[in-house]
Amino acid sequence: MTSVAITVNGQLRDAEVEPRQLLVYFLRETLGLKGTNVGCDTSSCGACTVLMDGVSVKSCTVLAAQADGSAVTTIEALAEDGDLHVVQQAFHEHHALQCGYCTPGFVMATVSLLQENPNPSEGEIRQALEGNLCRCTGYHNIVRAVEAAARAGG
Amino acid sequence: MIPAAFAYERAGSVEEAIALLGRDEDAKLLAGGHSLIPALRLRIARPSALVDIGRLDDLRYVRDDGDRIAIGALTHHDALVRDPVLAARCGLLAHAAELVGDPQVRHRGTIGGSLAHADPASDLGAVALALDAELVARGPEGERAIPVAEFFTGPFTSSLGPQEILTEIRVPAVERGVYLKYQRSARDWATVGVAAADVGGRVQVALASMGATPLRATAVEEALAGGASAADAAALAAEGTDPQTDVSASSEYRAHLARVLARRALEQL
Repeated sequence: MTSVAITVNGQLRDAEVEPRQLLVYFLRETLGLKGTNVGCDTSSCGACTVLMDGVSVKSCTVLAAQADGSAVTTIEALAEDGDLHVVQQAFHEHHALQCGYCTPGFVMATVSLLQENPNPSEGEIRQALEGNLCRCTGYHNIVRAVEAAARAGG
Repeated sequence: MIPAAFAYERAGSVEEAIALLGRDEDAKLLAGGHSLIPALRLRIARPSALVDIGRLDDLRYVRDDGDRIAIGALTHHDALVRDPVLAARCGLLAHAAELVGDPQVRHRGTIGGSLAHADPASDLGAVALALDAELVARGPEGERAIPVAEFFTGPFTSSLGPQEILTEIRVPAVERGVYLKYQRSARDWATVGVAAADVGGRVQVALASMGATPLRATAVEEALAGGASAADAAALAAEGTDPQTDVSASSEYRAHLARVLARRALEQL
């Protein structure tokens, strides 16, 4: 076992973890934060995307031990006092989800994108979301939602 | 899948990492983890221990050294994409880094980890080869510089010793360089990749996914040096290669792609 101290959604969490424990299972099983989903299990689909030290990462491809000393933000931390985050609101308004399984990953990838590039073109949005797979919407509404979130200052 | 169990140590310095590697011959270095962790999860790799060097921030830099650029081995792909020195002096490498994986992968993956993993399909491996990069490694006996032509020795195998750590990548400043790859889907590995660069007046060409290691297209280079047209030189791109047949492409199709991409790369150069 190895000791980790990870700030998750603003709260410092100390734990003993097996070195092989992946960050996504630390979040889901140790902390009970089940908003972050596991999709492909092969770092392809992006469903497990969270922010680590401010940028998007696939939490199925990070060991919890590697995150020791880092700050992690998950989908649970975006809404404040019941008000959806700008990106969440845009996904809602533009019907950017059907089953919703990929949505937490898309939303976190979008938050990271808009921090790096507040006014992305449609092409830049599609490039920036290439690490996230959706099997329902066909992506067009997701792209519209990201454009709307950018306009709203997301 | 969940990886098989391993011990984990986080190194506080390169020297400490070298010492930790010396304690266990089955230990592996962990940098960004974006090649190693997928292999652990598939249980293709089952090291007894990981030595994590991912927090050695002094190995993250891009430095202008005049006629060449020195890059710290732990520089993330995303930092290469955004680096102003690279943009001005070796745009080829910045451009190729932008084609690696996807944004999440580029936030975590490192240039040194990618090269040390020695995947024959690696974008950066082909680009490093086309640039005649020099790779600096540190081990128990000190530091040595390895020409990239001697670095890749087989699939996922390099000339790094068991206790050696890749610390720096040195590339020449180049004004003209192109990297093209064909992939079946977004964020897929290169079915074939072709890098071409004008290094000191000589056009150098390297290939990804055309054999057991990234390969120099020497027949193309010699034809160009002899005055052949881009199209005639590119027709030789598959000479001396040994591309695999796999789920992405047949060997013959890879040879075809190499010729087509080489022609396009030389025409764009």
